[in-house]
Amino acid sequence: MALADVPAILILGGIAAYIVFAGADFGAGLWYLLAGPGPRGRPIRDFTYHAMAAVWEANHVWLIFVLVVTWTAYPVAFGSIMSTLAVPLFIAAVGIIMRGTAYALRSGAPPDRETEGVTGFVFGASSVLTPFALGAAIGGIASGRVPVGNAKGDLITSWLNPTSIVIGAIAVATSGYLAAVYLAGDATRERELELARAFRVRALAMGVVSGALAVVGLIVLRSDARALFDKLTSGAGLVAVLVSALAGVVTLALVWAARYEPARGSAALAVAAIIAGWGLAQRPDILPGLTVHEAAAGHSTLVALLISIAAGLVILVPSLVLLFGMVLRGRFDEGASTVAEQPAPRGTPSRPLAGLAIALLLVGAALTFLAEGVLLAIGVVLLGGFVVTGVVELLRPEAFD
Amino acid sequence: MLHALAAPVWAAALSPVEQQHLLQARQMQALSFAVHIPLVCFGIAFPSMVMLVESFYVRTGDELYRTLAKRWSKVMMALFAVGVVTGTILSFEMGLLWPNFMATFGGVFGLAFGLEGFSFFLEAIFIAIYVYSWDRVSSRVHLLCGVPVVLAGFTGSLFVISVNAWMNHPGGFRIDRAGEVTHVEPWKALFGNPHLWPELTHMYLAGFIVAGFVVASAYAWGWLKGRRGRYERIALAVPLTIAALASPVQLLVGDWIARRITEDQPTKLAAMEGLGPTTRGPAIHILGWYENGEVKYGIRIPEGLSLLARHRLNATIRGLQAVASRDRPPVNVVRVAFQTMVGIGTLLALLSVLHLVTWFRRRRFVESRLFFWGVVAAGPMSLVALIAGWVTTEVGRQPWVVYGVMRTAAAVTGAGGIPVGYATLVVVYIALAFAVAWILLRLARRPLDVAAAPPPILESHGTR
Repeated sequence: MALADVPAILILGGIAAYIVFAGADFGAGLWYLLAGPGPRGRPIRDFTYHAMAAVWEANHVWLIFVLVVTWTAYPVAFGSIMSTLAVPLFIAAVGIIMRGTAYALRSGAPPDRETEGVTGFVFGASSVLTPFALGAAIGGIASGRVPVGNAKGDLITSWLNPTSIVIGAIAVATSGYLAAVYLAGDATRERELELARAFRVRALAMGVVSGALAVVGLIVLRSDARALFDKLTSGAGLVAVLVSALAGVVTLALVWAARYEPARGSAALAVAAIIAGWGLAQRPDILPGLTVHEAAAGHSTLVALLISIAAGLVILVPSLVLLFGMVLRGRFDEGASTVAEQPAPRGTPSRPLAGLAIALLLVGAALTFLAEGVLLAIGVVLLGGFVVTGVVELLRPEAFD
Repeated sequence: MLHALAAPVWAAALSPVEQQHLLQARQMQALSFAVHIPLVCFGIAFPSMVMLVESFYVRTGDELYRTLAKRWSKVMMALFAVGVVTGTILSFEMGLLWPNFMATFGGVFGLAFGLEGFSFFLEAIFIAIYVYSWDRVSSRVHLLCGVPVVLAGFTGSLFVISVNAWMNHPGGFRIDRAGEVTHVEPWKALFGNPHLWPELTHMYLAGFIVAGFVVASAYAWGWLKGRRGRYERIALAVPLTIAALASPVQLLVGDWIARRITEDQPTKLAAMEGLGPTTRGPAIHILGWYENGEVKYGIRIPEGLSLLARHRLNATIRGLQAVASRDRPPVNVVRVAFQTMVGIGTLLALLSVLHLVTWFRRRRFVESRLFFWGVVAAGPMSLVALIAGWVTTEVGRQPWVVYGVMRTAAAVTGAGGIPVGYATLVVVYIALAFAVAWILLRLARRPLDVAAAPPPILESHGTR
């Protein structure tokens, strides 16, 4: 494996993470939509909404991660993909805006009858549209319909073709499946047993649908994308497909047994394995006639990118663990234990900061206006010091007594 | 540093195409920026305002501070959520509209967006922890959870601005005879660029000015309507004072950036000032209209441009006519935008000084309805100045996407349907604007519940 392959692996990992985390958020939107607008669906709607609350923004960033790694490491492939697949990717982008807006609307204020119908529909519909469009785009790439060049592929058939449609459908079904598994787990944790039962039934049903679609997908690939099919049914590709299928069956069994926590893990494995299978099957090409190695940016760019990602992950992983730890331990749930405290009022000694602030302003202004280079930089820092000192001096609690 | 004006060779990894809707593509991108940038200002500045108010609670134990911080944090979360999606559109559009720009230079500047992605991640994680863990952790720990949000707001600006600074003053790569981009040095391209620091400082301060004045604007309106309790006094004083401290500083930083542009982008400077021929000791004009190489109907200040750009009399400033007309930006767009920004910025600085002096001496607001009307106007006006500033720098960069290296026309997509996408986006953004206004009104109308038992975090599920 060469340096040029590493970003491709990270991109596949990012896609898997996006499906496992954000896919479940889209799937929650699917259940929201299917619950219908009436009062009977209300518990389901409220619960799906609430379960996403703290995490969807963070989950969403995996998509940004995939985009930026692709455009930095494989710029020509990125330009080709984005231009040919402009239509589904634009649909996905619009779906993301509508979904985020409808979401923010609901969290901004509790829904009432007149607003819930519209925002709920927009939220649910865009939650289905976006994963379908993204799946269709992947189908276009996987079936070799995106040539190298500026919009060189067909704007319509590159994503409206048998492979794209079936992968889009699998994306929607998988999202719904993941969401139902997670929501069943969340509901069990919060002792909402009726909801847990409801999501268990949905998880089982959607698990079967996803499995059936996967079989249909293989049949479609056989006629529509023979090269991909052959590699998925032999060698390493076959291993990945089998691992994914096995993990999918294990997940179903775990959901059946109402063991949702381990089911989260096996469901994630099923997704990761099939994404790995796609990568293995497409190897060594990223697009038809363009290998991963040919597409890769220069050595210095790849090294800089990988250093940045490594450094970023060192900060990111513990932060994500903290967030999900809090969510999964129910720290954000209603009725979670609260900290009651009454901080002791403390007198803050007043400091003669005004003189310092004015001095910082005058010296900083003079240096910024007159100097160059290091002195100018010092001037700007002093001006920053003026703002901070000014805030400390002018905005003290005593001013509001 | 690479200057294509000296070496007018340009690169393209994918072959450039005829795109009859280039202008719409540019407008679509500009619209998306204009929608996103105000939200960025809130991402930069609002967390520190919320935390400042929360720190008052930690210091005094006064529940009123906590109530205010908590209410603001909900606004912060809603605006962040909207910013997440509008920012995503921008990432998509980079590829959807400008695939050749990405294909050719993604390897040079893409890294910065990777780093920005991590900043964004951290911001999303800790903003969620901060907003959802009120009452769940001790207030000191809670306050600490806000720190990464503020830091990520800064680093995020740094990385995004590093790309824009690179587009305006490209370096860190070479172009060989075949038009291939070679010898890429991404760190040098992004962070070894003298254009970065003034631009970053300018934008970071703008974040505090815009967020400060917009929040203050809402409470000044309430003040005029008679809502003048202690809660409102704090909620007005905090953003107003922060914006007022940043505004005068912004004028000085503006001078710094103007000198940088004189060095790096003389044609942009000439467009900002409407300077036709290269001139020794050029005058500056306030208002007026650029026509046939000169500014008409403007108020002329002799030697003004020489002083502004070079800080001395009789300096030679390069005019627009130094480059071929196809290499010039649309002068009046740039010039009017620039004058709008500077004009509003100056008015805001005057309003700020008035407030700072009064507040410093008496710890009260200027006692005049006119002052409060000024603060009400300052919110929208600061937004106009913000957008005008970005129009100045981005339209001033035209016709280049990478200054002097790649034309915007060479970067654009070959795909059809741009007008359809543009129209769709306009509709979506109008809906978004209504939605945001509606959310903010709903949040503002929620009754205050000071010193009550800690209320449930999520009020949105009725039957549970």
